[in-house]
Formats: sequence, C-alpha cells, structure tokens
Amino acid sequence: MADLNERDLGVDDVQQVASPKQEPGPNFLTQVLRVVVSLVVPVVALGLLYWAGTVVLDEDANRLLVVFVALIIGVLGVFALYFAMDWIVSRLPERYQTYVQPFVFVGPALVVLSVFLVYPTIVTFKLSFQDRHGEGFVGLDNYIDVFTDPGTLEALRNSFLWVIIVPALAVGIGLTFAVLSDKLGSKAEAFSKSFIFMPMAISFVGASIVWRFIYNFRPEGFGEQIGLLNGIWTGIGNEPVAWLLQEPFNNFYLMVILVWLQVGFAMVILSAGIKGVPEEIIEAGRIDGANEFQVFWRIIIPSISSTLVVVLTTVVITVWKVFDIVFVMTSGEFGTSVVAERMVTEFFTFGNDGKGAALAVVLLVAIVPLMFLNVRRFQAQEAQR
Amino acid sequence: MTTTAETTAYTQDDRGFWGRIFHLWPIKLVILIIVIVWIIPTLGVLVSSFRTPDAVNTSGWWTVFTNLGSNEWTLANYSNVLTSEGFGNSFLNSLSVTIPATVMPITIAAFAAYGFAWMRFPGRQWLFVGVVALLVIPLQMSLIPLLRLYTTVNLNGTFPAVWLAHTGFGLPLAIYLLRNYIGSLPSSMMESAEIDGASHFQTFTRLVVPLSVPVLASFAIFQFLWVWNDLLVALVFLGGEPDVRVVTLALNNLNGSRGQAWHLLTAGAFITMALPLVVFLSLQRYFVRGLTAGSVKG
Repeated sequence: MADLNERDLGVDDVQQVASPKQEPGPNFLTQVLRVVVSLVVPVVALGLLYWAGTVVLDEDANRLLVVFVALIIGVLGVFALYFAMDWIVSRLPERYQTYVQPFVFVGPALVVLSVFLVYPTIVTFKLSFQDRHGEGFVGLDNYIDVFTDPGTLEALRNSFLWVIIVPALAVGIGLTFAVLSDKLGSKAEAFSKSFIFMPMAISFVGASIVWRFIYNFRPEGFGEQIGLLNGIWTGIGNEPVAWLLQEPFNNFYLMVILVWLQVGFAMVILSAGIKGVPEEIIEAGRIDGANEFQVFWRIIIPSISSTLVVVLTTVVITVWKVFDIVFVMTSGEFGTSVVAERMVTEFFTFGNDGKGAALAVVLLVAIVPLMFLNVRRFQAQEAQR
Repeated sequence: MTTTAETTAYTQDDRGFWGRIFHLWPIKLVILIIVIVWIIPTLGVLVSSFRTPDAVNTSGWWTVFTNLGSNEWTLANYSNVLTSEGFGNSFLNSLSVTIPATVMPITIAAFAAYGFAWMRFPGRQWLFVGVVALLVIPLQMSLIPLLRLYTTVNLNGTFPAVWLAHTGFGLPLAIYLLRNYIGSLPSSMMESAEIDGASHFQTFTRLVVPLSVPVLASFAIFQFLWVWNDLLVALVFLGGEPDVRVVTLALNNLNGSRGQAWHLLTAGAFITMALPLVVFLSLQRYFVRGLTAGSVKG
C-alpha cells in the first residue's frame, strides 16, 4: 500500500514539475545567459575535478579538506560530468541527438563495467593458464597444482566444510528464532530480533576481534584468563585451552563467527516468509488436529521453501567468498586456510599470479549456478511486488 | 509450543501481570538464551574498552558485574587509539573512501538504469542482460589485473583507486535494482513529461530521481556498509600506510602489531563498529531491504 501511495503522489509531482515548461519562449537576454551558464558550468566542473584530484592525491593535504573534497567529487563531480555530457549532446543537430543521447546515460556505466569487471575477468582467465610471473603458457598446470598441492587441498577441504556447516547453522538458528519470536507480541518480537540482527552491521574484521577476545588463551600460571571461553572452561575445573590452535576444531571456532554474523540475515528474510503464510491455512491445519510441530513441518516449511532456498544460496555464496575472518584470526595457519584467503596469499605473499588467478576462477565457477538461481528468484519476487 | 492454539482464544487482559510474563515461557526462555548469547560478544568488547589496561589484563571483563564499585573505568583507551594509534585519521580516511564510493555507483547506475528502462537504442536488451550476468563475478577475479592496471597509471594507494574499484564492483547490483524499480514507474507519466517538452535529462533529474528515493536509499545503505566494512579492496588498492589506511585496516594492523593489547583492540573495534551501528539503528527499515537486495551481489 505504501508504494501505491508514493506513486499516486508521484503523478501529482509530474504535473507540478512539468507545467513550467509551457512558459512562452525565452527572450534574447535569457538565451545568452543560458549559453554562458551552460558553457561555464562544464568548464568549472572539469576544473574543479582536476583541482580536487590534485588535493586528494596530495599526501600532505589537511585531512578534513581531503574528506570535504572527496565529498565534492563523489557527490557533485560525477553529476557534473553527466550534466556536461548532456550539454554537449544537446548542442548537436536534432537527428544525431536521439542516437547519441542514450549513450550519455548508459555509456559511463558500460565503460566502468568494462574496465573493472569485464577486462579483469578476461585477463584473470588468461593468467590462470600462465606461469607465476604471468608469462608464457603453461596449460592446465595451475589447475592441476590447485587440486594436488596439500596447501590448496586443505583450503578446498576447509571451504567445503564452511559451505556445509555455516549455512546449516545460520539458517537453522535463524529459522528457529523466526518461528519462536513470531509467537511473541509485536513489540517484543521486533526488540528481540534487532539484537540478533545487529551483528550484520559489524565488519568481518571487527567481528574477528570480538571473537578473538572470546577465544583468548593464557597458559596456566601466566595470569588469570581474560577470554570468556577459557574463563568458563577453567571455571568448571579444566585446564585452559588454546582454542585457535586446536586442529581441526579451530576451523569450527572460526565458523562460529560467521554464523554469529549471518543468523540475523537468515532470520529476517525467513521471518518475512513465515508472516506471508496465509493464516487460514495454518488454522485449517489446527482444526484438522495438527499439533504445532506438524503445523511447522507440514505447512510452514513447504510454504517458505523458496525463501529457504534463497537464504541458503545467499549464505553459501557469502561463506564461499569469506576472506577477512580467516585472514585476521589465523592468517590461514594452523590448518584453517580457505579458498578466498588462499587466493590472496598465493598472489600477494607467494607472488604466484598464475595460481592466484586459477583459484579466483575456481571461486567464480562454483558461484555461477547459485547466482543464476538467486537472480531468477529475485526476479520473481520483484515481479510480485 | 502446544499451548498456542488454546491460548489464542483468550485475550491478553485475561491474564495478570505474572501470567503475561510466564505465558509461553519455554519459547521466551529459548529466545532469551539466544539473545543473550548473541549480545555477550559485543558486550564484552564494549565493557573492556572502558576499563583500564591493568584491569583488562588482570581480570575477565565479566568480573565487573560482581565488582561494580571498583574504580577501574577510563576513557583513555579511546583517546589513545584515536590519536597515537591513528584511528582518528583512519576514521576520516574511511569517510573519504566510503562516501564517494557510495554516491558514485548510485549516480552512474541511476543514469544507466533510466537509459535501459526508458530510452531506445540498439542492443539495449542484450547490454542489460550482460550487466546482470556480471553479478556473478566475485571481486577476486578483478584483483590481479586491476592492481597491474593501477600500477601502470600510477593510481595505487590513492583514494580514487578505491572509489573506482568499489564503483565497478557495486555497479551491476545497483543497475539491476534501479532498473527494476525505475522500469516499473508508469509509462503514462513518462509520456506526459515528454509531451510537456521535458528532455530525458529533465525527466530523469526532476521526476525519476525523486520518485526512486526508497530504492536509492536501500542501495545506498547496503553499499555504505559494504564499503565501510570492506577489508580486501582497501588492503589491495589502498594499503596500510597511516595516511590513507581505513579503519578496518587500522584494526587489522593493530591486531597484528599489538595482538594482546586488549584495552586498545576493544576500543579500536568499537570505533570501527560505531558508524555502521548508528546507521543500522536509525535506518533499520531501509537497511533490511538493502540487505535483502544485496543477496545477489557478486
């Protein structure tokens, strides 16, 4: 309903905005003024951009000035460029305008996409068939290396575990919470949900620090335990444990961080799905004698199955590309490396461009089918809206 | 759980105060437990960031609750981290990275979305399908070639390098979302604007942009959080030099150099979280929609 109202308002806006256009033609003076203004604006815009560029690139500049100039470029600079392009095109003869104008609107986006996604993707594919310096042609050597080297095999194994365990836990807890909080009053529900959802706003790096503190370890005799987990663990009479060094369980301790971050996302989306299940169907089930567990498994779950698939695939994609958590917590040591983290390590630490590129391709190839599913699903969802 | 069906017959007022509290108590208990487990990690960091280094080092943060009168509170951790550890500078750097890296893709995507939705040109459909296909490309695919490209044009370690990279990585999703929304605006409206003599540029700036505020806000929040919380792009294209490094990188470096200085790490962590949490708390509605939409980001 809210959308509808906004659109209704919008139609009124059109009339208000469009009516000034019907004023009689401008006189000579305003004509001259318009030409001057439209000449000056692009020149000033370009000059401003140039000056702003030098300020932002200048290392000695005042920090606040840099922030301010960055704002100007980002907010006004880009818009001014469009304005300038539109001005140039509008000086062209009428019949060229209709051909050129769409590219004023679409062109910059296509250029940026070509430079920052299309071209790099092609180069990365090519690099994945070349040696570590990005020269010569080595065939499938990099891929064979990826699937035989113990280091990358470990990363693949761990990533595989991550992709199974994290989505299962995140969706499981998220679904449980969504179903249970649905039975509370609406205020209590919103309040409790916001706590679960809050970690979504936290960066992976921040979350890693938060959890490193929890897993903190001190050998016995080196002071009191200040990590919560060891505090509890020693409190019930055990020896302190260096959790992050416990192979292979340390992988699981890292996964917990991502679960903590992702449950909120799963919960919010699934909760919306559950609220979309028609009340009549649930009531009908209860009248037919279904208990609450049967209502849940036989009515609610089948009704939200497509939402479940979206949440699962989304979390899987996020998990598959996880880099920061492993990088910050263990740098991929102690048997914890994952593919996305390994890719960066191969490239930056070992300087092996070919293998890094091959790992990037592995990342991409695994995502394609999932993303295809998600986009189609999103399309259907938007069509309903 | 089995009691819900019967209790729906009663109204809330039939039960007394305690009756309402204990109504559905097993469910409330489970929810309470999950909520507590979810808050504790953040709470520990928040509490520790206000304790003196000595206190943080010698006792667990949970002991403050049994020892409330103690005089172990301080703001020195924050002033330390903001000044001598450079987080104040990093905060400004993060702002100067994040704001343009949010506005630029939105501006470019909005123009493109309008073009794809309401302008006729050859190859329009195919180009749009191509843009959507780019959603699958993980940014890892771009790292190596872009770094080489930046090296040749001497852009490595500068703000524009990161703005442009984030713009490129954010564009497919932005164009896709905005195209869906702008394309669903009524065509009668566009026609009447055209009849009234409005150019495409005027229609776009005065009509389409004001009407698209909800979707623009959703994407803006998603992109803002994405860029603010990003580590990888900043690490690769901006680097860890104190004069340019962003808060996530500053926190990562602090973690590397002073991994046991928990009074500083907790304060630093909270500084990096502060702005996203404010955004989250104040704009929760758009935030949810943005994240939902963000589920298709590559």
